[in-house]
Amino acid sequence: MESNFFKFVMWLNWFIIMLVLFIAFLNLVMGGGEVFDIGAIIESISPNWFASTGIGLCVGLSVLGAAWGIFTVATSILGAGVGAPRITNKMLISVVFCEVVAIYGVIMAIVFSTKLNSGASAEEMDSHAAHFTGHGIFWGGIAVGVCNLLSGVAIGINGSGTAIASAANDTLFVRTLIVQIFSSVIGLFGLIIGLLLANKLPQFGE
Amino acid sequence: MLYHNASHGFIDGVVRGYLNQLLTSANYQNLTQCQSIDDMKLQLGPTYGDFLSSLPPGPTTSALQERITEKFIQNFMYLKANSNGTLRKFLEYITYGYMIDNIALLITGTLHDRDIKELMDRTHPLGKFEAMPVLSIATNVEELYNSVLIETPLAPYFKGSLSHQDLDTLNIEIVKETLYKNYLEDFYQWINSNSETAGTASAEDVSGFLQFEADRRAINITLNSFDTELTKPQRTKLYASIGKLYPDGTTLLSRADDVDGVVLACQGVPAYQAALESAGMGGGPLGGLGNQAGGMGGGIRNLDELLYQREMEISKLAFTQEFSLAIFYAWVKLQEQEVRNVVWIAECISQNQRERINNFISVLE
Repeated sequence: MESNFFKFVMWLNWFIIMLVLFIAFLNLVMGGGEVFDIGAIIESISPNWFASTGIGLCVGLSVLGAAWGIFTVATSILGAGVGAPRITNKMLISVVFCEVVAIYGVIMAIVFSTKLNSGASAEEMDSHAAHFTGHGIFWGGIAVGVCNLLSGVAIGINGSGTAIASAANDTLFVRTLIVQIFSSVIGLFGLIIGLLLANKLPQFGE
Repeated sequence: MLYHNASHGFIDGVVRGYLNQLLTSANYQNLTQCQSIDDMKLQLGPTYGDFLSSLPPGPTTSALQERITEKFIQNFMYLKANSNGTLRKFLEYITYGYMIDNIALLITGTLHDRDIKELMDRTHPLGKFEAMPVLSIATNVEELYNSVLIETPLAPYFKGSLSHQDLDTLNIEIVKETLYKNYLEDFYQWINSNSETAGTASAEDVSGFLQFEADRRAINITLNSFDTELTKPQRTKLYASIGKLYPDGTTLLSRADDVDGVVLACQGVPAYQAALESAGMGGGPLGGLGNQAGGMGGGIRNLDELLYQREMEISKLAFTQEFSLAIFYAWVKLQEQEVRNVVWIAECISQNQRERINNFISVLE
């Protein structure tokens, strides 16, 4: 029953893709190729949309990474802490590492949001500078968000291992912590690039 | 893998905590130096303190075993109570094996006119189920199925392998091994096909355990079937189709007439071949069979012990894998072996058999 449904959806997907390709081909050979001008479509979208989406993705993906990291590491801390309660205090540092990842996202979202300006006129929003800022915030936000998402996941998995390892053998804590610090640093890379990028971007309407 | 900890992270940490509490080689070294079971009680204090404190002075080995098993069961029940979803089902699957053992034990006991209450005490607590005391009324396989097993999770394993014969000693063994074969195949199929574990490290590791179990059973069935009424076609039906010996090894096993045939069948898997050879089976019909209690003493270990040793090593290795369900299976096996080890040492001390005391199996440092 379920597999039949999936087969149907797959078939439908193929059908739609083929239909689109067919129409595109038909337009192309009949002299209507400029209908598919992707550049024009992107240009017609307001820089405000790009900026807002970028800020949303920046903080959203970062928080997703932090939450992912925390639920991976904290469940292990709780479980390993049953047998070895001594680890629970110092393992909190892993949760802090994960939390920091979300804070990076929030910082960048705040920095990016200073570029927004509701007072900019329609002509100003259509300028080269405004498009530059819009795309800059969009891709900067994605860079920061994805860096932090992956950093959070990495800290979570390493932290889970650290919790279990230090419950078994206390001397392993410091060594495995270094691995976690490196996982945490990959989120920092996103923050640094995001800040450098934000410096280059003029405010809307300037 | 990325979502494993969301549902099983806590209980995963707990079971790793249990691993850290298991007795290590140093603990066993101290235990073998003990003069009496009271001394042992003292040595076991850090691990089993609460459970041993109510033991009277000068306890029997069986009393000691009972308390140690009680802790094992309590820990397992804690895991089960805190688990959910796939893990819960997985832990239930682990108990099915013990249920099959219990059924075989009860029916065999009833056939030999043992008291049902005494038999109930000897069953493994992990494999207890409600309808268990009623098992003694069954006189043939059909009755066994219709009156008792149809309400247990084992019922599907019975279907298709049902015969209408009366229950005798040979028949019970066949029923037991058939159930076990169906159980292993079902477990294997489940772990490799359900959406949460298929294709993950869990499936890989658990499959390794199940394959080992299937192979061990195939080898043991063959070795024990020599000079019995069990015919070769009957024997062939008892081999599970999942082990490393399947299909080449099991085909050769089904043709084997003596120990040499078994050695030949195991040639494809170096680990089993090595075990058979160090058990003294490579050269001639020298093998001593039986459980740990029947060990030959001295340097040579029997096949069962060597295979247990191998199982313990796989279990220890399973803990190196993060985000895997196999560690629960591995812990159950390690803990079970620890109970066997402590009982073995206690028996050796109480019966003054010190020269055989080192025949326990310890893999944890």
